[in-house]
Amino acid sequence: MTSYPDWWKLIFGRFTLEAIPYHEPILIATFAAVLLGGLALVALISRFKLWGYLWHEWFTSVDHKKIGIMYMILGVIMLLRGFADALMMRGQQAIAFAGNEGYLPPHHYDQIFTAHGVIMIFFVAMPFVTGLMNYVVPLQIGARDVAFPFLNNFSFWMTVGGAVLVMASLFIGEFAKVGWLAYPPLSGAAYSPGVGMDYYLWALQIAGIGTTLSGVNLIATIVKMRAPGMDLMKMPIFTWTSLCTNVLIVATFPILAATLALLTLDRYVGTNFFTNDLGGNPMMYVNLIWIWGHPEVYILILPLFGVYSEVASTFCGKRLFGYASMVYATVVITILSYLVWLHHFFTMGSGASVNSFFGITTMIISIPTGAKIFNWLFTMYRGRIRFELPMMWLLAFMITFVIGGMTGVMLAVPPADFVLHNSLFLIAHFHNVIIGGVVFGVFAGIAYWFPKAFGFKLDPFWGHLSFWFWVIGFYVAFMPLYILGLMGVTRRLSRFEDPSLQIWFVIAAFGAVLIALGILCFLIQIGVSILRREQLRDTTGDPWDGRTLEWSTSSPPPAYNFAFTPIAHDLDAWADMKKRGYQRPLTGYRPIHMPRNTGAGLIIAGLATICGFALIWYIWWLAALSFVSVIAAVIIHTFNYDRDFHIPADEVVQAEDARTQLLGRA
Amino acid sequence: MVLLSPSGDVALQQRNLMLASVALMLLVIIPVMALTIFFAWRYRASAKATYHPDWNHSLPLEVVIWSVPLLIIVVLGAMTWMGTHLLDPYRPLNRIAAGKPMVEAKAGGNGVRKQPMVIQVVALDWKWLFLYPAQGIASLNEVVAPVDQPIEFRITSSSVMNSLFIPALAGQIYAMPGMQTKLNAVINRPGDFEGFSANYSGAGFSDMRFRFRGVDDKAFGEWVQGAIRGGSTLGRDEYLVLERPSEREPVRYFRDIPSDLFTAILNMCVDRAKMCMRDMMAMDAKGGGGKEGIHTVVALEYDKSVRRGGQPLPPRPFVTAICTPTDVYGAAGMSARAVN
Repeated sequence: MTSYPDWWKLIFGRFTLEAIPYHEPILIATFAAVLLGGLALVALISRFKLWGYLWHEWFTSVDHKKIGIMYMILGVIMLLRGFADALMMRGQQAIAFAGNEGYLPPHHYDQIFTAHGVIMIFFVAMPFVTGLMNYVVPLQIGARDVAFPFLNNFSFWMTVGGAVLVMASLFIGEFAKVGWLAYPPLSGAAYSPGVGMDYYLWALQIAGIGTTLSGVNLIATIVKMRAPGMDLMKMPIFTWTSLCTNVLIVATFPILAATLALLTLDRYVGTNFFTNDLGGNPMMYVNLIWIWGHPEVYILILPLFGVYSEVASTFCGKRLFGYASMVYATVVITILSYLVWLHHFFTMGSGASVNSFFGITTMIISIPTGAKIFNWLFTMYRGRIRFELPMMWLLAFMITFVIGGMTGVMLAVPPADFVLHNSLFLIAHFHNVIIGGVVFGVFAGIAYWFPKAFGFKLDPFWGHLSFWFWVIGFYVAFMPLYILGLMGVTRRLSRFEDPSLQIWFVIAAFGAVLIALGILCFLIQIGVSILRREQLRDTTGDPWDGRTLEWSTSSPPPAYNFAFTPIAHDLDAWADMKKRGYQRPLTGYRPIHMPRNTGAGLIIAGLATICGFALIWYIWWLAALSFVSVIAAVIIHTFNYDRDFHIPADEVVQAEDARTQLLGRA
Repeated sequence: MVLLSPSGDVALQQRNLMLASVALMLLVIIPVMALTIFFAWRYRASAKATYHPDWNHSLPLEVVIWSVPLLIIVVLGAMTWMGTHLLDPYRPLNRIAAGKPMVEAKAGGNGVRKQPMVIQVVALDWKWLFLYPAQGIASLNEVVAPVDQPIEFRITSSSVMNSLFIPALAGQIYAMPGMQTKLNAVINRPGDFEGFSANYSGAGFSDMRFRFRGVDDKAFGEWVQGAIRGGSTLGRDEYLVLERPSEREPVRYFRDIPSDLFTAILNMCVDRAKMCMRDMMAMDAKGGGGKEGIHTVVALEYDKSVRRGGQPLPPRPFVTAICTPTDVYGAAGMSARAVN
């Protein structure tokens, strides 16, 4: 190690040139690819003079629709990163047998599985879920934007800030080597002294602020901004599940923030909350992190339950079976999700009574979840089912998810968990529910609402191809993991001794390749659909014969969503309006009051990210400076009184007349 | 698949519970899957089947939807409650195997209850140390037990969390520094089984494996004798060397083990200069040392991070021992304080 002069430490903290992983060929190749791709992108944007457009129309936008779309784009980009990690792990585990070390040393492999988990949960699933909610909820409740449009923009950029830090760890320093929930004492200063763990802490802390605020925002939106007539029991089911999810977010993300803050204090100032000695208690961390962590999985799945419900009733051409029981089931799941966290560590030595209590509460959750499955089932009963892509995802979900539910209940039986805990059986279980539930649901949601967002449908051929690769790939990749779990193979191993295991890992790796093809087909589907947009164009705004209010406006909706606030008389307000022969008003437009775009969110989140980076590398002057700048920027922003404007009536007239013409042509 | 055909009675009962829960759940899951496919096919748009667009509620159906899963969960919950208590790893075994009670019948007299053999387990970075207090030996990365002999594992860890798991024998339980967990189990068939850590613990985790051998009484006796003859001494100083992180350690045996070594490991005071956790807790329970207590805290150069390949950390405080039975004047602690 070369020695650095004192001034270096003052300026660069603990950053040294050795922290750049130029000796790792995989990372250098990745870096080169990212650099070239990035430069090409920058060049293209500059060539077509798009910077101004991006800045004014997207980055600074407070329009919930644009923010929703940006969340989805973030999710897709991070999915590629997270999935690259998955492929590397599958590759390593498929070859590292009988003395073969594989191509990844533990130092690298351990970062990969940590990054995979963190990225997939925080920067793929969360942006997808938040993006769908952001886009759809205001439209479904007949609102013109969310309750706090600026906050929405800020939340998004904070999430991006966290993602940027995780990505930066690839090329500057390293990422954590502790598993995605970073149990101390391993994640404490004594056993993980490097920057990796600090990247983890600050990335999650910054993204977590964004998530919490967006939760506050959506609760306020749903509670206060519903269209007249839409009382709670007439809300679309997706809005209901979004409400429950955001209640969970607001109630649990502060726990995550506090837990990570305590660990941060342990690491930075030498407190002893979770250390082995001096009165620390690592078991406390495990409890706290799962008090957030278990509700988190419901935060992810509940909105997708909503998506499936919307898809089921739309493509079966029927009202959702058992709307009320669906709502109650959602609420019951929301409440119960707080009472089960201990099932993640039955093996930590709790007594039998405590373990039984949490095992049984866990099983009880399967009752409302089962009721939901039955409700979708009986929505299909005596329906008229159109097998469009979203419906296909729904069916794949129903078949797949019940398997994951069954293995979940197995894991909830404490004596069974003692043999299955931390095994590949567990890995297979949660991928079964997260891929089979969350990911399938996200793709159903994308296929379902894409025509709303862009005015043309997604190409069905590539969609079906992607669907089959994903579904078959999932089974090929994860059924072997169930078997390996039953063979007593534990998770997070980078090498194996028993050669009889290898074949299953090879099959699993092949499954991962199939899923990779599924992702590729999805990307091609987007590209092909853009090229073929004229053939796929939907002029009606209601391509699926939808039932809820988002289908009553144009596709893509105007910035103001609805020229006139709709009035809901019934559940499935739009289906009801169509049935009663609703006539779209053609005159009487007024100026519409809208929030104004602002760059404050991006600037504050950018400064917060810099602050996080400086804290990671102990660059104290920069940390102090950026922190003060964050506070200053927030204060300055409060003096910005130019926050709203009116869309003039004639602009509204123009937009609505254009739609009238389109509708007339259809 | 070792979990489905284990060799220990505890693991066998755990498997039975697992299979019973699967069977119960399949009562719902198979009909749901079948109905999903059937309804999707039957009510496809092109089939022109019965179509009731407004049918969305049915009380009898709702009752079935909620009550059938509820009934299953009631049954499964009862099984869980009983199974969790009977198979609690802390609970002494009440049988050797199905049909083999713990009390051995003796002709013409009262039966003798089999006493469990205690094995103390320490998860080290990254290897396993097994101490046999009754036999006075210890072994590294190998554990041997007589067939049909109840075993009581007492488990701790030297640095980070691990999980002791021998799939053929019984379920796992965490090994945590400064804390003791317990596992009661018995092996019913002789054999050579795999054991490992089931909780990620750092760079050497993948090789943190050991063999668990179930042997007959005679072979066990020979194994113990072999360790006594061929083993090296394991005192506190040797332990402090052994404790340092290392990977892929070969099987080794030890003898002449101080009877208080495991207690010292558990209380994180193998290094006599450090105050034992239980002493600290006892003092704290009586109100703590007050302001005077601060004098026992000295800065310790924390070298574990360096051993794990990290950068040196600033000195961390630790609490020095005041006195021990062998060191009644607390000389070790004094000298540690003096050094700092």
